[in-house]
Amino acid sequence: MAADSLSRVFSALADPTRRDMVARLAVADATVNELAEPYDVTVQAVSKHLKVLEDAGLVSRRRDARRRPVHLEAEGFDLMTRWIERYRREAEERYRRLDDVLRTMPDDVDAAPTP
Amino acid sequence: MTTSGTHDTQVIVDPRVPLVRISRQFDAPPEKVFRAHTDPTLVVQWLGPRRHDMRVDQWDCRTGGSYRYVHASDGNEYGFHGCFHEVRPAEVIVQTFTFEGVPDGVALERLVLEDLGNGRTRLTATSLVDSFEARDAFVSSGMEGGVREGYERLDELLAR
Repeated sequence: MAADSLSRVFSALADPTRRDMVARLAVADATVNELAEPYDVTVQAVSKHLKVLEDAGLVSRRRDARRRPVHLEAEGFDLMTRWIERYRREAEERYRRLDDVLRTMPDDVDAAPTP
Repeated sequence: MTTSGTHDTQVIVDPRVPLVRISRQFDAPPEKVFRAHTDPTLVVQWLGPRRHDMRVDQWDCRTGGSYRYVHASDGNEYGFHGCFHEVRPAEVIVQTFTFEGVPDGVALERLVLEDLGNGRTRLTATSLVDSFEARDAFVSSGMEGGVREGYERLDELLAR
């Protein structure tokens, strides 16, 4: 799992229209035409957004079905949450060490002692 | 915003701005938490990864001051340096941060301490870099092993 896959996920979700499409696909699969309906944009523009989401591994389109409904891929999100969770855990370990340091310090500590 | 953290430490990764924000509470007043960030003899006790030894070469935590430290592990040394841009006791530290392995890269870091009363403090540390690629490399650096289910974050994202 390379950092550039993570970059693709983040940048795919940086766009509000794409975030909205993801939110709707979380409810149910939808065709490109269905996805395009609520927006004031062309089906072509929606297809471009879908391509970005597809390249990031966040959605897939079934090749066999004639309607080719778009499906949300939970695994794509899992990659992102995994990286963030790892980063969070490293920070938590660091701050537990800070907890220990704070416990050893005297109570009446001066924030900025004169050198 | 993508928020992570079922425990104490919270991490926020902003999809629109290349920043990472960490937030956590401490059972100590802001004066103590501040001191633990500015006194190098205290900093070395917690800042570096446990598997590394931290050595401070230069440390002048005042507005206009600078710092350099090294994390050493298995004969490898990783240097970090930067400037303290603004230091206000028990309130804020704004500093730059460069990993010397990527000398042109620089993060702008802001540490804010909020007094919650009853000897408690909320710390918020924000790191801003100049590209999403750099931010994502930042988040994914030094990570290994382990997989964790985390679909609650997807729920939060979708709730936006």
